[in-house]
Amino acid sequence: MKNYTYPDQYGKFGIYGGKFVPETLIPALYELEEAYNNLKEDPSFIDEFNNLQKEYNGRPTPLTFASRLTEYYGKAKIYLKREDLCHTGAHKLNNAIGQISIAKKLGKERIIAETGAGQHGVATATVCAKFGLKCTIYMGEKDIERQKPNVFRMKLLGAEIIPVYSGSKTLKDATNEAIRDWVTNVKNTHYIIGSVVGPHPYPMLVRDFQSIIGKETKEQILLKEKKLPDYIVACVGGGSNAIGIFYPFINDREVKLIGVEAAGYGISTNKHCATLTLGAPGIFHGMLTYLLQDENGQVAEVHSISAGLDYPGVGPEHSFLKDINRVLYSSVTDEEALKAAYLLTKLEGILPALESAHAFAYLEKFIKETNSNEIIIVNLSGRGDKDLSTYMEKFKDKENELH
Amino acid sequence: MSYIKNYIENLNKNSRKALSIFLTAGFPSKNNFIEIARTVLTSGADILELGIPFSDPLADGPIIQTSSTIALKNNTTIKDVFYYTEKLSNSTNKPIILMGYANPIIRYNKNNFMKDAENAGAKGLIIPDVPLEEYDYFFNGCDTNLDIILLTTPTSSNERIKLIDEKSRGFVYCVSVTGTTGIKDYFTKETYENLKRTYSLIKKNKMMIGFGISKADDIINFSQYCDGVIVGSKIIKSILDGYNYEEIGNLISELSTACEMHGN
Repeated sequence: MKNYTYPDQYGKFGIYGGKFVPETLIPALYELEEAYNNLKEDPSFIDEFNNLQKEYNGRPTPLTFASRLTEYYGKAKIYLKREDLCHTGAHKLNNAIGQISIAKKLGKERIIAETGAGQHGVATATVCAKFGLKCTIYMGEKDIERQKPNVFRMKLLGAEIIPVYSGSKTLKDATNEAIRDWVTNVKNTHYIIGSVVGPHPYPMLVRDFQSIIGKETKEQILLKEKKLPDYIVACVGGGSNAIGIFYPFINDREVKLIGVEAAGYGISTNKHCATLTLGAPGIFHGMLTYLLQDENGQVAEVHSISAGLDYPGVGPEHSFLKDINRVLYSSVTDEEALKAAYLLTKLEGILPALESAHAFAYLEKFIKETNSNEIIIVNLSGRGDKDLSTYMEKFKDKENELH
Repeated sequence: MSYIKNYIENLNKNSRKALSIFLTAGFPSKNNFIEIARTVLTSGADILELGIPFSDPLADGPIIQTSSTIALKNNTTIKDVFYYTEKLSNSTNKPIILMGYANPIIRYNKNNFMKDAENAGAKGLIIPDVPLEEYDYFFNGCDTNLDIILLTTPTSSNERIKLIDEKSRGFVYCVSVTGTTGIKDYFTKETYENLKRTYSLIKKNKMMIGFGISKADDIINFSQYCDGVIVGSKIIKSILDGYNYEEIGNLISELSTACEMHGN
């Protein structure tokens, strides 16, 4: 494929995407799009963005050869893109840095965000502390319970946390409340969406900021191996880390791109969030995209052990990439993800976030078909410190299996 | 001419602003819903707006969210909404309008939805998450006599308001404040200025004001800037608070009286 130019001028990726939001927000979306289109050509904005990525976020992140994991499977060479080494522990800061700079240019005084695992909330609270803006984070009550360290970090950073008690009390509901806040306070507030979801221009904007992951990866692998990888694997919730690493490779057809969704207790149960695997196109959170829903079009209550993947929708660009068969989407269960996390920790000394563990679990499913001349890059989107309580709770059962 | 516009026009000619009452279909229970809707209609409402419950109603505040959750627990589906529409429209000539979010409608199938809604006797349709930008995508190929009602808000530019007026049929829904549905204690000077601005730009259609309205005084204060008002959360809250049919009827009568413009 050459000249991939999505989204189009209406913010659509094929039929997906768009601006399905109440009228109140439409002028703010145009304002954001215009500001972004001007700023992305502005040398001082680009300099500021690059400087913050380097000096504050710690970029470029390494591309680490996973020697013992490679030896363990005895097949393709495995490299890890180390987004876990970003400041605040995950890829989320890449986007928060870009959006806070736009918010400053727009003269907004107040920042709001939704968060699931808390990584995006922490990233947003971090840039608000750094730039001195007021910060409000919406977080589902269930996620507050399972991601306590991140809740405390956000408080330390000076953010106000608003617990959300509606619906499934997770990321979907936190997003609803953040949108309602934005509808109410749109004049002085910028909404930093944390993934490639929501109405246009967000899926494009977040993708562009996250694509720094893929750009670095491409340079690094060409330097180390003198060729492009054969496979890139990333987990997909809303899909920002996946788009971030995929996007610069979309025109390189020989590179196989694999997105891994959370199958929860299994895709034959109704406790999963494998949106692209089992959903159908629908309109949700301002976008037309694949959606887990019932026969009446009510949005499903989904499940994943990983709060960051626990979302019934997915970025509209992923829906498009699925339909045109550019990316293969698959899924792994909670159990498979946990097992992969313990394995990576033992063999490489890296404890991944539960979200990222889903990408590693997929290795089990396809690495046998690869050979030792091939290269796999796994996007290690975040570190697992925030998930220690879940890992501790589940470790007992796994300990024996691993020895 | 649009049935709804004509209906409001006739009320206005008789020195009355139209009173549209919003109810969430299937709330508080499937059994009580029809009786409440009938009470609302016989107590002085001119138009009935039936909300199709949705799991994630982005434009709604906590009160309507709660009613939507309850209606979904009662297993209220679009088929039930059409059943209510048919029952009610058989016994009144007052317009019945449907309000629903985009996803349940596309899941039902857009064309079938429009056809079945019309057959059930609905006269208009409001979809808050299909703005002007998505109008063509959403409604292209839908051959319908339903009046498609678009919304303006305080953030809409003059140009947009004119386009919204052009695309709408029946009336334009003027959202009084930035925010979600609910009950407002008071409205600011900016609100009135915006209502005045919007009303002066609406040429083709009637204009109804909604969001935040709960009292007779609100209606009296807004009356010079509109052809009618929409009240929702206040009624839903009274049902949540356990008002009986008579008390609901009294509340509607009070609001309805405020719509009479004689002597104003």
